[in-house]
Amino acid sequence: MSDIVLDVRNLRVEFPTRKGVLTAVDDISLQIRRGEILGMVGESGAGKSMTGMAILGLLEPPGRIAAGTIRLSGDRIDDLDDRAMQHIRGRRIGAIFQDPLTSLNPLFRVGDQLVETIRLHTDLDPSQARERAKTLMHEVGIPAVDERIDNYPHQFSGGMRQRIVIALALCAEPELIVADEPTTALDVSIQAQITALLKRLCRERGTAVMLVTHDMGVIAETADRVAVMYAGRLAEVGTVDNVVRRPKHPYTEGLMGSIPSLRHDVEELQMIPGSMPRLDAIPPGCAFNPRCAHAGPKCRREVPRIAAADAGAGTAACWRTLEGETA
Amino acid sequence: MNIRPNAILEVDGLERRFDVSAPWLNRLIERKPRRTLRAVDGVDFVIQRGQTLALVGESGCGKSTIAKLVTGLHPPSDGKISFHGDRDRLQMIFQDPYASLNPRWRVGRIIAEPLRTLRPDTPADQVATRVDDLLRTVGLSAADGLKFPHEFSGGQRQRISIARALAGEPEFLVCDEPTSALDVSVQAQVLNLMKALQKEMGLTYLFISHDLSVVRHMADVIAVMYLGRIVEIQPTADLFANPLHPYTRLLLETIPDLEAPKRDRSPMGGEVPSPVSPPSGCSFHPRCPLAFDRCRMERPQRRAEVHDRRVACFAAEAGGTANA
Repeated sequence: MSDIVLDVRNLRVEFPTRKGVLTAVDDISLQIRRGEILGMVGESGAGKSMTGMAILGLLEPPGRIAAGTIRLSGDRIDDLDDRAMQHIRGRRIGAIFQDPLTSLNPLFRVGDQLVETIRLHTDLDPSQARERAKTLMHEVGIPAVDERIDNYPHQFSGGMRQRIVIALALCAEPELIVADEPTTALDVSIQAQITALLKRLCRERGTAVMLVTHDMGVIAETADRVAVMYAGRLAEVGTVDNVVRRPKHPYTEGLMGSIPSLRHDVEELQMIPGSMPRLDAIPPGCAFNPRCAHAGPKCRREVPRIAAADAGAGTAACWRTLEGETA
Repeated sequence: MNIRPNAILEVDGLERRFDVSAPWLNRLIERKPRRTLRAVDGVDFVIQRGQTLALVGESGCGKSTIAKLVTGLHPPSDGKISFHGDRDRLQMIFQDPYASLNPRWRVGRIIAEPLRTLRPDTPADQVATRVDDLLRTVGLSAADGLKFPHEFSGGQRQRISIARALAGEPEFLVCDEPTSALDVSVQAQVLNLMKALQKEMGLTYLFISHDLSVVRHMADVIAVMYLGRIVEIQPTADLFANPLHPYTRLLLETIPDLEAPKRDRSPMGGEVPSPVSPPSGCSFHPRCPLAFDRCRMERPQRRAEVHDRRVACFAAEAGGTANA
């Protein structure tokens, strides 16, 4: 058995609307290994959350997986029905969302929510499950567990709530965790605590993590590899170091240049002219070509794609990279 | 306070308390006392004309309350705000470009509103010309004035907010997290626009943000806030080169740095305490690695003989925090 936990091949997510079919995720291929954190970055509407939702089987109808396969440790999960998927979510895939308040039921004590989730996915009895809940709360760094276990979500701070959500995601020792903007609602000093926690848990348990965020800083400090998305497509994949320091795709390059530096003074930040196209107006060829300084005729004609086989290595969906010259 | 010829805004001992008590009947039955929250607790600063002062801090530190006090949306509970300029030429840009534009008004009317309010006798054709000019100044087209806010993206809406703020020919702009709701590439466009406008029109900004890299790019002077107080205030370069307050250091250490990612960090524990019941003495002492007995009992002030009023910290007074 290989150590590839998540293997996504040529995934396509579509939304049929009255005006035609919108493609929210277009031909995405990704792999995440045991103990690896893959960062998914992109701006709002790039399709990064949608990819996460497709993997979790939580696409809102009429959204649907139109093509491609998703495999979890070798088992195909994209064609499962809701019931079977429910079984996988929580047990084999954990989820962490941006707002911890919406992931927790405000009417139940956090301990009861943990116990319920643990009992749903394991055959522990109530008192064993409560012990396990305490262990988990301790592990995610909640102080005074014996008192706090019977508190309600509103009695916790934002950072502590997100720790509980992480504990919930860990209940059944999943192979994969999909974390969608887990630190975006938190202050910087708390954000650092939560990303460090995610990293530690991933390392200790060998969990694969898909970290969806718009924050390049968080990615640079947390992820092992990065996938950059643009207009529903994969623009670039590679190791954190390569993507951050030696971006290949002009979009990634522009994105990095637009982030104010903590070390250098610049009079003007680099700008990418224009904005990301709407899903119903994606230009032919490379979706980035109208904003790209290097765009040639081929870029306006043909879509550059990262082959599924290359998704592991590191490359950019740009004709300049794919052909090694200006197209 | 000295007279500073070039100061446009002087804030002295500013305080704002909010009553957060339970309702009267609950207080009676449960015998709970009244409770007040000191959102802003003795804040002093000066902004020089044409410069940018940034307030940074985590949520609940009082930075947005200061914005509301300076713009007059809240009256101060105590202290003094002296604005040495034309009050009509003070404008504000808000964080959420979705909530700050009237969805039922066309953009042209939104931008013209300050003009019609402040100079009601401007002829209609002059208002229209001015609106067209403003739209072009912020990088939109004159035809956009006929559209409604929902037809624009977040970044374009923030440009509309800026155009509206500029309509009254302001000299002073209060910007409360103007780019926090925007994607980074759009943020870069808005920040560049704000800097260009400042240079062109000699604007003064009170810039509020939680993002230190944005603040570093925009500000001449940075004030770091913690639980309603300014714990450190320094020119930008000095603050980054030699942070004096342990909280500033905590912030600088914890922000992710793209150019030198700290991948093996062991982050500092602790959280911002509730402003309703702040810790005694220096409110940062429970999280501070340098805290000693005095910090628990007494509240440090920014004093002239300690780093020229740049820091409120007993450890810094004792010489414990300087890098050099």
